[in-house]
Amino acid sequence: MIDEQLVQLLTPEGERVAHAQYVSTLSGEEVFAMYRDMVITRRICNEGTSMQRQGQLALWAPVQGQEAAQIGAGRALGPQDFVFPTYREHGIAWCRGIPPRDWFRVFRAVSTGGWDPQKYRYSVPTVVLGNQALHAVGYAMGVQRDGSEEAVMACFGDGASSQGDVLESFVWAASFNAPVVFFCQNNQWGISSPSSLQSKIPLYHRAQGFGFPGIRVDGNDVLAVYEVTKRALENARVGGGPTMVEAFTYRMGAHTTSDDPTRYRVDAEVEVWKHRDPVERVKALLAREYRVKNVTFDEVAAEADALALELRDDVLAMGRPDPMTMFDNAYAAPHPLVDEGRSEMIALGVSGGPH
Amino acid sequence: MATTTMTMAKALNEGLRRAMDKNKKVLLMGEDIGKLGGVFRITDGLQKDFGEDRVIDAPLAESAIVGTAVGLAIRGYRTVVEIQFDGFVYPAFDQIVSQVAKLHKRSDGVYTMGLVIRIPFQGGIGAIEHHSESPEAYFAQTAGLRVVSCSTPNDAYWMIQQAIEHDDPIIFCEPKSRYWEKGEVDLENSPRGLFDAVVRREGADVTLIGYGASVKTMLRAAETASGEGVSIEVVDARSIAPLDLDVMAASLEKTGRLVVVQEAPHTASVGSEIVAELSERCFYSLRAPGLRVSGYHVPYPPSRIEDEYRPSVDRILDAVDRVMGFES
Repeated sequence: MIDEQLVQLLTPEGERVAHAQYVSTLSGEEVFAMYRDMVITRRICNEGTSMQRQGQLALWAPVQGQEAAQIGAGRALGPQDFVFPTYREHGIAWCRGIPPRDWFRVFRAVSTGGWDPQKYRYSVPTVVLGNQALHAVGYAMGVQRDGSEEAVMACFGDGASSQGDVLESFVWAASFNAPVVFFCQNNQWGISSPSSLQSKIPLYHRAQGFGFPGIRVDGNDVLAVYEVTKRALENARVGGGPTMVEAFTYRMGAHTTSDDPTRYRVDAEVEVWKHRDPVERVKALLAREYRVKNVTFDEVAAEADALALELRDDVLAMGRPDPMTMFDNAYAAPHPLVDEGRSEMIALGVSGGPH
Repeated sequence: MATTTMTMAKALNEGLRRAMDKNKKVLLMGEDIGKLGGVFRITDGLQKDFGEDRVIDAPLAESAIVGTAVGLAIRGYRTVVEIQFDGFVYPAFDQIVSQVAKLHKRSDGVYTMGLVIRIPFQGGIGAIEHHSESPEAYFAQTAGLRVVSCSTPNDAYWMIQQAIEHDDPIIFCEPKSRYWEKGEVDLENSPRGLFDAVVRREGADVTLIGYGASVKTMLRAAETASGEGVSIEVVDARSIAPLDLDVMAASLEKTGRLVVVQEAPHTASVGSEIVAELSERCFYSLRAPGLRVSGYHVPYPPSRIEDEYRPSVDRILDAVDRVMGFES
């Protein structure tokens, strides 16, 4: 399955490999920082699955297996760039500095958003997959009109790559030379549909047909994802137009906590990908090349545990929202039907606060 | 009062021009709207004057026209998108309902979805299929959207500017069969708010309510009825969502009889909503049940027979006779 064109800078065993066009520019400290990001992302994600199993979340979308793709891309972004995510970009959200508790509001079913998208330059999660790719291109057209050196990232997966909106966004980005990077995490599965159902050619080949470069990167190699995405973003910022980055990775867990992957995929496949784990290979590199000691790795794990427990407390403290808040921000300007609903609820004596 | 005579098409063009002059963040986007000026020439000359960055000729994909306008709105632009014909809006339906209508809420009020989706709607121009539809109820049903329709050049001139300035997304329905009819436009003073209904003709016996192209048909019916001794009040709803029920109810309190006119089929329509709301508000003043004169519940017919589909003066007067008949 892995393409010869795949950009890889770090093997699953944690050995550096040379690539003709890309070289890792990261210092030891930076690689360690990304390792920490990945460990924390995975730990928080697992806490999400646990909380859902305990009835504390309506749903959770695990990210395990995709940490390198998300941290590599997330750290490649500049503060001036803007991201249009799906609901599974927890690692990128982490890199944008959004407090983890805020990602959980939607999954706790207490909010339809959760953070200020303009403050973090990271949009609200899109559940109707594919829609966000057009928002990214439109935003990028605004960046062009402002004459600003910013790039925009559109996140989607192999499943949404079949959506008309994603393909239309390719047309638009190419026609207008929009400063956008299409960051496609091909995690091989769209719920139960294998990526071969979405595309008969490698996904990144599609870009060429639309008139811009596509590149496939080992999505479990944080060094490679970082370099490939960084170059694509830099190119977009200076007027070079769109790039599609296909991060070739694997969804180790279920699509969401409502899913049962044992019904549609075999253990042997999961085993293969276990050996390509994105976190372990960086750990091996850090231990061998930078002499990072076990005690340091243990410290990171302890920090991640502490963050997860703090998160758990924060999430459990999220009570039922005041029902009256459903009327807030339905419209920007006063609206008679919203006012009518609000008045009716007041007349019914609906009380706010936690239940 | 500086008034000038112009067509609705020209009034929309002038309104767009004025909005673009006032606010550099106002953009236009749609298929063939640049050099061609749009298939109805509503944007005629605007690309020449404002440039290709502000009057954007779009590739042929409606979901992308609306979806990129959403991204532009997030960036702080106000995009007026042109859907070439009513029947072509459905590829954009997902973006309109899932994103345009909901992103203000989903961002906890951070995003302003200040965009206008212009749709030439209703029939009457002898077009082929998918060019004469009335999709307004689909949008009226969706919380987060507002839907308006102009019926005169003066309203067209002012309502398009008010829609662009408004912070909520607006579905702007233009009665394409009235594009080339002339009327007086007051270039200095806006006649009324964007969501206000207006009484176009006063009467005592029956209230007719409609919008868009139906307004002129209702006025003709009222004229004919007056010759037969029936006094009809004509209300132009102007705003389809929300409805200005105060103006409508005030009229019905006076006449006690209601006929709603629309080109859309009447099941689950805007007309149904008007009848339901006014039945509740004016129950003790009603002298007859509210009736709807609508398109039939069939796909829009070949245009050689569209006059039998669209509410005509005769069909309106037939309904007027029926509500008057309840008295005797």
